[in-house]
Amino acid sequence: MNALRRLWYRYSPQLIIGELLEKRWMEPIVPFTLMLLVFAAFIVTIPSYASIVQLQQLMRSFPEQAFVAMAMALSILSGGIDLSVGAVFAMADFLTLYFLQVQDWPLPLTIVAVLAWGALIGAVNGGLIAYAKTRPFLTTMVVLIILRAAYNKITGVYAAELAGASVDSAAWDFLGAGFVFGIPINMVCLIVIGAIAHLYLTRIRSGVHIMAVGSSRKAARHAGINVQRSLFLAYVLAGMLSALAGLLYAARQNSAGTDTGVGWEVNALAAAVLGGISLAGGRGTISRALMGAAIIFLLINGLVQLGTHGSLTSAAIGAILLAAVAFNVKFVKNKGKILQKIYVSPSLVEFSPPASIERGGGTVFAENDRLKDSEAIALDKIEGPEDIILDRSDNLYTVNRNGSIIRFLAPNYEKREEFARIGGRPLGMAIDRDESIIVCVAGMGVYGVRQDRTIFKVTDETNRTWYRFKDDSRLWLADDLDIAADGKIYFSDATTRYDLSEWALDGFEGRGNGRLVCYDPATKTTRTVLANLAFPNGVCISHDGQAVLWVSTWLCRIYRYWIAGPQTGKLEIIADNLPGYPDNINRASDGNYWLALVGLRSPVYDIAMADPSFRTRMVKQIPPDEWLCPGINFGCVVKFDDNGEVLESLWDPGGVSHPTITSMREHKGYLYIGGLENNRIGRVPLPGADKSWTGWDSYWGDKTKKGAASAVAHARADHVVSA
Amino acid sequence: MSSEAAAAASQPRSGYKPSQAEIVLGVTLVLFVIMSVALPGFITLGNLFTLARNISILGILALGMAVVVIGRGIDLSQIATLGCSAAIAMTMINAGWPVPVALGFGMLLSILMGLANGYLVSVVEIPPLFTTLASGLLIVGVTRALVVPAYQVFLEPGHTNILALGGTIAGGLPAPVIAFAICALLLHLFLSRTVIGRFIYAHGDNALAARLSGIATRPLTMIEYALCSAIGYVGGIIMVGSTSLMHLQIVDSTLIFDVILVVVLGGVSLVGGRGNVLSVIAGTLLIGLLLNAMTIMNLDIQTQDMIKGLVLLLAITIDSIIHPRDEETAKQGD
Repeated sequence: MNALRRLWYRYSPQLIIGELLEKRWMEPIVPFTLMLLVFAAFIVTIPSYASIVQLQQLMRSFPEQAFVAMAMALSILSGGIDLSVGAVFAMADFLTLYFLQVQDWPLPLTIVAVLAWGALIGAVNGGLIAYAKTRPFLTTMVVLIILRAAYNKITGVYAAELAGASVDSAAWDFLGAGFVFGIPINMVCLIVIGAIAHLYLTRIRSGVHIMAVGSSRKAARHAGINVQRSLFLAYVLAGMLSALAGLLYAARQNSAGTDTGVGWEVNALAAAVLGGISLAGGRGTISRALMGAAIIFLLINGLVQLGTHGSLTSAAIGAILLAAVAFNVKFVKNKGKILQKIYVSPSLVEFSPPASIERGGGTVFAENDRLKDSEAIALDKIEGPEDIILDRSDNLYTVNRNGSIIRFLAPNYEKREEFARIGGRPLGMAIDRDESIIVCVAGMGVYGVRQDRTIFKVTDETNRTWYRFKDDSRLWLADDLDIAADGKIYFSDATTRYDLSEWALDGFEGRGNGRLVCYDPATKTTRTVLANLAFPNGVCISHDGQAVLWVSTWLCRIYRYWIAGPQTGKLEIIADNLPGYPDNINRASDGNYWLALVGLRSPVYDIAMADPSFRTRMVKQIPPDEWLCPGINFGCVVKFDDNGEVLESLWDPGGVSHPTITSMREHKGYLYIGGLENNRIGRVPLPGADKSWTGWDSYWGDKTKKGAASAVAHARADHVVSA
Repeated sequence: MSSEAAAAASQPRSGYKPSQAEIVLGVTLVLFVIMSVALPGFITLGNLFTLARNISILGILALGMAVVVIGRGIDLSQIATLGCSAAIAMTMINAGWPVPVALGFGMLLSILMGLANGYLVSVVEIPPLFTTLASGLLIVGVTRALVVPAYQVFLEPGHTNILALGGTIAGGLPAPVIAFAICALLLHLFLSRTVIGRFIYAHGDNALAARLSGIATRPLTMIEYALCSAIGYVGGIIMVGSTSLMHLQIVDSTLIFDVILVVVLGGVSLVGGRGNVLSVIAGTLLIGLLLNAMTIMNLDIQTQDMIKGLVLLLAITIDSIIHPRDEETAKQGD
């Protein structure tokens, strides 16, 4: 039963929905399904609906409405609306016939003239809206009335002349009835122009500017975009697209009736909104407008074929428009809220009570005062030294909140200098064979800084998980790293679902959202070694160089992953049920390892971890400052050996000078201590430690000591807790 | 504001500054004089009564629209609502229902449609332009499919009390004028003397501030739209009284734009919270005068529409210059 619960929470549907909602392609999937449904419904109800002839007929008449919908979409994307599209369309229809049949103009000239007509009306709309700052809706509605009246008047005057005339032009006939590979020429036009329009809005500067103005006019102005010109251009293009639709209509129908284009603006509006183009502007694509147009077109066409009363069709359009706009308004307003409500998806984590930490309790974790009198280095000169490291010349490097690596110069660490400015939030560090600092940067990846202070990128992406909706190829929260003897960099990507500032949310999930990643300098490739790890944090190569030790912060475990030797590829837990949340691991001079405990477990939080629905309710229902969080206001460093056995602990009771300890380094008989939220670096002498031992030598120095360390590890490998 | 400007503003204004309604009235007067001289047959009592009759209905509709516009909304479905509810009421009368019941039912229906519009605008938060554009389509479509399959409903003969609404009273004065006057007076008292009336101004002036200061803006919005529909329905019944039929073609006509034109021209700005009943009267007189003049000049409907459109375009442009809005924070359909 519990296994089932664990499985349920591990692969919660909420997880999938939450990640799906984040995808941009999720938005058009609704209209797309709707389109298919409408189509399927008519295939079922109307005989021979899906025949070739019928399909060709549909494709022949669809493009006109599609172009009008595209024009509408363009104006909506720019943040306004163009209701005059239907009237421009009708007028363009008439003008085409008039130029060709009454004026006997050649076809190319006619096309140019008709497009110019559309551009002219667009310029009127755009001029008024962009420069006179009138309201788009009313302005274009009035233009619609004027044009409609003009159209009715003119068609009345020329009705007789148009009815009698005809055009003798092969090109004209081809435009009206031609096929390209069995596809009607209008449809080909639509596909080509649709593709161009899509590229224009996404790739061409002026098109992108239109989108930018639509999304936020103020931001666009601040970015130096000529807002008025972009708006003007959007309406001109919308006018031209409508005119193009009129041209195609003229070629197909060869008539200009009194009801041509009546109500098309409403259909186009319904199409655009149904396709998911946000009325707020800036959100949507051409393809979505086409999908919406297809739905409306199929619906009207099908209802007509079924013999439905015309007034019911218009009622249906009205109802669809209302429903679509209502959904649009509510969705835009509440999407973030929905996502916030369902994104966090806690899993089931069951703990047994940990070892006692009580002072004098007799356990190795018993509280003591060994860190209480630590010497403060760089007091108030550093903010958030998550990790510290010392080079061969005893200089002290650390990271800070502002995205820099700070160096304090030996011997007294009084002089502070900014060694390099990377950006992001630098976290764990290591020094490689060339004495470059390699550093994990949250939100960016893994970077390096040479001794001449030049910064280089090591890696910022790994292979994507094929079955996940979320694109996790970018490194999300690179946390700590270590370098193996062959130069491979092993680092932890703590979570792929949250940013650093939201680490607590990942803690509420307690799920395997993180991974252990390896960068191979020989092939310059990055591969995920272990996936689905619960906040992998500290990473350390074992003294013998044959295994990676890493910790899972939320599960309070230390793992060993063999990278060399007979057990290569094997993963095992070497320490479980630690009393605190483990952070960075680093080597100690005596062949053991230092481990920072960033926070302490509490019975209440352990119970909460065993009750995922409680944490779900908590995140949903109460404000963040009242959430039950892991307690991190403690300071503790422990030492463990290759078997995961904890040997000793160093405490700063109450976290007076060192709360939230995230890292520590041993260097020449001293232990240096850093914390994510600290304002200092602590230093305590280690009695009995090797006064000459340095981290760099341990990794890259004389190899004679290494054999001994690995022999120790092998000797004890038999009674290791198996993973 | 610079100190100089502040000082200037703090000084009492010397001289008289006319409101927009008064300017429009002045322009109307000038036009009236010009037309009296230039257009033969304009200044006859018959034509003047015709003019008064025609503008009265337009004026009543504009009074309703003004309520919504003052509350920073717009109701494009007003004509559809009045057309449909009046047509349904006529159908009931023809079917033998008592006149008061049928008329009351029509009134109820139009109020319900107004409330529905207000609900969609205030609770579902669909911008008013979209709401009323779509609800107009929906109302007419459903009505035609279910109740009025033909485009028009004729009032069967014998209902003199309804026809009296469109007739004349002693001295040849058209009854619609009286109705307009009564409506205008009542609405004026409502807007200027009642709490809800003042709240409508507050709502239109700054909806957020109104809400934050404790006005229940959602019910208020519903009241605005219901009032608009109800006043529109009164206009619709008078329309039936004048012509003894209700033709749903008026929904597709440009009547709704005439109404908006009247409201905007008179000085009830689309930004809301501005204008009053006097503005509507002034706008009605000006538009009525123009329409009458165009009819006398024998212009066809299309040309009239074009001219009206151009005037409306001009009015909107001037309105947006006089009452600029912040288009960087404006929402779609504002």
